[in-house]
Amino acid sequence: MLNENQKLNPKLLDKDVEQAPLRQGYGEGLLQAGKEDENVVALCADLTGSTKTAIFSKVFPERFVQMGIGEQSMASVASGMAAMGKVPFIASYAMFSPGRNWEQIRTTICYNNSNVKIAGAHAGVSVGPDGGTHEAVEDIAITRVIPRMTVVVPCDAIESRKATIAAAKMIGPVYLRFAREATPIMTTEESPFEIGKANLLRNPETPQAVIVACGPMVYNALMAAEELSKEGIEVSVLNNHTIKPMDEKTVVETAKKAGAVVTVEEHQVKGGMGSAVAEVLAKNNPVPMEFVGVQDRFGESGTPEELIEHFGIGISHIKEAVKKVLERK
Amino acid sequence: MSHLDDTKIKELEETANKIRQSVIEMLLEAGSGHSAGSLGMADVFTAFYFHILNHDPKNPDWPERDRLILSNGHICPVLYAAMAHSGYFPVEELKTLRKLDSRLQGHPHREWLPGLETSSGPLGSGLSQALGMALAMRMEKKDGSVPDKPRWIYCFMGDGETNCGQVWEAVMMAGREKPFNLIGIIDRNNIQIDGFTEDIMPLDPLVEKFESFGWHVLEIDGHNFEEINDAVNKAKTVFEKPTMIIARTIPGKGVDFMEREFSWHGIPPNKEQAEKALHELRTLGGKIKGEHE
Repeated sequence: MLNENQKLNPKLLDKDVEQAPLRQGYGEGLLQAGKEDENVVALCADLTGSTKTAIFSKVFPERFVQMGIGEQSMASVASGMAAMGKVPFIASYAMFSPGRNWEQIRTTICYNNSNVKIAGAHAGVSVGPDGGTHEAVEDIAITRVIPRMTVVVPCDAIESRKATIAAAKMIGPVYLRFAREATPIMTTEESPFEIGKANLLRNPETPQAVIVACGPMVYNALMAAEELSKEGIEVSVLNNHTIKPMDEKTVVETAKKAGAVVTVEEHQVKGGMGSAVAEVLAKNNPVPMEFVGVQDRFGESGTPEELIEHFGIGISHIKEAVKKVLERK
Repeated sequence: MSHLDDTKIKELEETANKIRQSVIEMLLEAGSGHSAGSLGMADVFTAFYFHILNHDPKNPDWPERDRLILSNGHICPVLYAAMAHSGYFPVEELKTLRKLDSRLQGHPHREWLPGLETSSGPLGSGLSQALGMALAMRMEKKDGSVPDKPRWIYCFMGDGETNCGQVWEAVMMAGREKPFNLIGIIDRNNIQIDGFTEDIMPLDPLVEKFESFGWHVLEIDGHNFEEINDAVNKAKTVFEKPTMIIARTIPGKGVDFMEREFSWHGIPPNKEQAEKALHELRTLGGKIKGEHE
């Protein structure tokens, strides 16, 4: 049932599937982008270890700028560097960048049309014990609303690396969203990845619904689909990694084919990826929808697993949402 | 860059007067905009666009040009006027300020008008951008040495703007990085929208603040062309530190009824006031002098 064309990890459905944090993919991608283009530079606000910027800064210390805890200045310094032809990547926790420095990102990067890439690590409630202050669940909403911004939420570490390299190659501001915890590796080196092109990971012949997911929650969506299949419910799963510009064609086609949609994200339902999907479908092909995500609440402390369950984004919640949306067809 | 002789000073004074008149005409036509800071910085802008800057108005993208970042974008009427009078675009276009589809947006938008180095308006971010430019330039040489063709990066800022925390993020970092080619110019006119700076949020001792962050600081009369020019020349000799020039200016300078009145920060003159202002400027000719002369 998994889409063979996607060349997914053969161990994807196994209990011992390999795991790695998305931010690791960022660090490796940044290093690779730096090797390919000497204009790539990295800035970080006192979180080189956590954001994996250190992978780059150790190899290219002369192309790394330590900002200290100054996210606002970081966005604008990057804008100035871009004006001189550099391709700056700025990294911090998503809560602080694009959280704290949103206006600087809007004005000095997007309004200015600066070629700056923003890497937000530790997004989502799965940050865990640090609690709600550090769990960015609004970042997709606040970035996708800014004109010109491209917003990418990779599903695993491999896709994170590819997204980082792709961001370096395109001109214009990009927000890349990463998570803290090690999460299952779903894709392989051979899996297709292109910014703006959603990937249909699971494609039953006659899907009753489609789960549109992004980030590590794509794994939960796939697991929910497997369990539902055993109960006789066939659903497709779309890895909708590019929130903006969204692959409207694929989203509309898969929704039309399935006739019902469940969106899944580790983000506020209000304004997030699901909302963006609803904007597309309401205009082109309205179908019943359910939204799995954070329901207008702040995060809190706990283990990542506990929090995903607590906030209703677990596998069981996705299954419930599918059953609910099927009743509305 | 070079020394100013009396003929040149006279010429600059006359140009500054024309620029002030343009500012009044633009603001009247627009029906909104910031009068006080625009008039107060007319002499500094004139000194830069007509003497100090290494630039080519007919080739605004010339890579070897100096960079002038206007951080306090709200005084853009004087920036636009200086640009137009120095040949970036026709002087007549100044009257499109703040109108629909005008290249002269209410606050500068880099993409709309060639010659603007950045878009600005929200205060506090210009110095960071200027610092980023300086850092990027330094990376041109792998060993971090002075590039073959150093370009000077000037950041014009308001004094009220130093209320912003981001300014101090950049000030602190520039103290660490020591970019020799970064020169800041603060318009120390002592006013902001709600009143006098020292009432709203005391800035003094401003010189000591910057010095303690590792900057070289110069204080000048921002209406005296010799002082403006000398300060920039001095700043260029300081290689181990960034330099902040604190230019003391009179808000509304050149128009008697606007001078030192914080209420003129964010409003334009009406028709009657504009006529009075223009008359005063025309009759003053090139006689606007610094208060301390």
